[in-house]
Amino acid sequence: MSTSSQRVANRPLNRPPWMEAPSRAGLAVKTVVIAIVCLLVLYPFLNIVATSLAGESEITRRGGIIPLFPSEPTLAAYRTIFAGGVVSHALLVSAAVTVIGTALNMVVTIALAYGLSRPIVGGRFVLTSVLFTMLFGAGIIPNFLLVKALGMYDSYTSLIVPGLVSAFNFLVLRNFFQSIPAELLDSARIDGAGDLAILIRIVLPLSKAVLAVVALFYAVGHWNAFFNALLYLSDTGKWPLPLVLRLYVLQGQPVGGGTESPGEAVASIQAVQMAVVVVALIPILCVYPFLQRYFTKGVLTGAIKG
Amino acid sequence: MHRLSRSSRRPAAVRQSGLGLRARLRRDRVMLLLVLPGFLFFGVFHYVPLLGNVIVFQDYQPYLGFKESPWVGFGNFAVFAEPAFYGALLNTLKFAVLQLVLFFPAPIGLALLLNSIVSPKIKRFVQSVVYLPHFIGWVILISISQQLIGGTGLLPQLLGDIGLPRVDLMTSPGFFPWLVTLQLIWKDAGWGTIIYLAALLNIDTEHYEAAAIDGADRWRRLWHVTVPGIVPVTLLLLILNLGSILSVGFEQILLQRDAVGADAAEVLDTYVYFHGVLDGQWGPAAAVGLVKGVIGLVLILGANKIAHRFGHEGIYSK
Repeated sequence: MSTSSQRVANRPLNRPPWMEAPSRAGLAVKTVVIAIVCLLVLYPFLNIVATSLAGESEITRRGGIIPLFPSEPTLAAYRTIFAGGVVSHALLVSAAVTVIGTALNMVVTIALAYGLSRPIVGGRFVLTSVLFTMLFGAGIIPNFLLVKALGMYDSYTSLIVPGLVSAFNFLVLRNFFQSIPAELLDSARIDGAGDLAILIRIVLPLSKAVLAVVALFYAVGHWNAFFNALLYLSDTGKWPLPLVLRLYVLQGQPVGGGTESPGEAVASIQAVQMAVVVVALIPILCVYPFLQRYFTKGVLTGAIKG
Repeated sequence: MHRLSRSSRRPAAVRQSGLGLRARLRRDRVMLLLVLPGFLFFGVFHYVPLLGNVIVFQDYQPYLGFKESPWVGFGNFAVFAEPAFYGALLNTLKFAVLQLVLFFPAPIGLALLLNSIVSPKIKRFVQSVVYLPHFIGWVILISISQQLIGGTGLLPQLLGDIGLPRVDLMTSPGFFPWLVTLQLIWKDAGWGTIIYLAALLNIDTEHYEAAAIDGADRWRRLWHVTVPGIVPVTLLLLILNLGSILSVGFEQILLQRDAVGADAAEVLDTYVYFHGVLDGQWGPAAAVGLVKGVIGLVLILGANKIAHRFGHEGIYSK
């Protein structure tokens, strides 16, 4: 990497010899297009953060629009939502469901994927029945009736158990486990390791990258889970963050932030709404940079041949 | 004769592995135990609901349950003649076509653009940026969209400032199909590039070199080397998309249905949700859900068959 300083001036390194340098106009067009794409993705995030930090007076003055950054940033909106009200509670619910749910997802998915990654009695049958579910689902109504019949309605288990294993994530892991050389596992077996010991001491340490991606997929799913909560939780006191977000931002309900401290600058509704959005975004933005480099590998292990 | 060959199959299989069933069960007992929870999960949460579809033929009453609810034969299928269902079907097809035409090609174009970036640093940066929206949930995404183009948002404000009418794109029924498609492109076009970029990486650079030596300029190389390189992946994804063509953005549309009204936003999934779960018309709604699933299955199997006929592998090989 340090050798990059030796690069010849004016000439990027990686253009293959057969590829001619682009025309100036072509390069300009491409640069503009790429810049616009990046801006289209990034600007909305900047805008909501800016709005969440704006004070009441500024939002009123500018008709709700803080295009770039507020002139007098204030944390009033965040103080409102963290004053022990519904948002704080929803945040806790979402965090707990995400952590517990992802842990259970991983244990069951790893076990199933490892078990089916090698020829075992009945393995073919189990695999086929799992793959078939990717082609045909029963539909919303029968699933709803099942969850009700199992007594999970209005319980947090309904947010975790019905989605315990995703067939896609299972495939990602199974394909990766299969790609581990059999000789490696056989030699461990000769050394006296059982199936479980091989899984824990050899297979899992080799699969860290893929495990990270699958865990991220599950965790993001739980964090963003909206429909299952809407379907199965009638008790609004149990609502996770996405439902609260819908209530406050999309349906425009005022955010009750517990006790209003007197003398504080009152946060505008719009700032509070955007603060809730920012809070919902933060965990994703925090883990994203660390896992981003594994995506390609994880996605491709799952996508190429079932 | 037939009998003989059948009875001789089992010993052959046993001979192959050298163990009897009992011995193999004992050998695999740890692995089988590991598989068990997942297997039970799929049985209970994916196969039992299939049986739950019996209510399609019932006048299902929640307090009576499956056993007591009266049977009505195909009576629930009368729902397919209702205008409300018809509207939902038309909307679904409209969204599906729009997505196929606008959303499906978007990742291909973006992947070609990304692929043409020579500097690895810039390429990695742009990739990190465009993958990000995939992880944003629909509720968050629609909240952001409201903030930018909704009634009190950025766009109407800017339009007002330059003296144009302040349009609210979030509540306009006519714009709704485009809104849904644009949101989908924002969310997933970048993510969709992953698989195409992998396909592009797999193209042997010697092909490009040879083409360049033969005098092909960059456009000819794109047409004769790059495009054939990504055709198989494209077909594969097209087939997969076909299976879910009737499931256009359920959460996304559900969340925005109130703002534009059912006429513009009802699709088959929201129809099932509102008429079944909320209004208690369990049987008819389940009938819609079941038919939708069957059509999806038929489409995907059919498309796969066509792929095989054209010599492609499809989603599974025969």
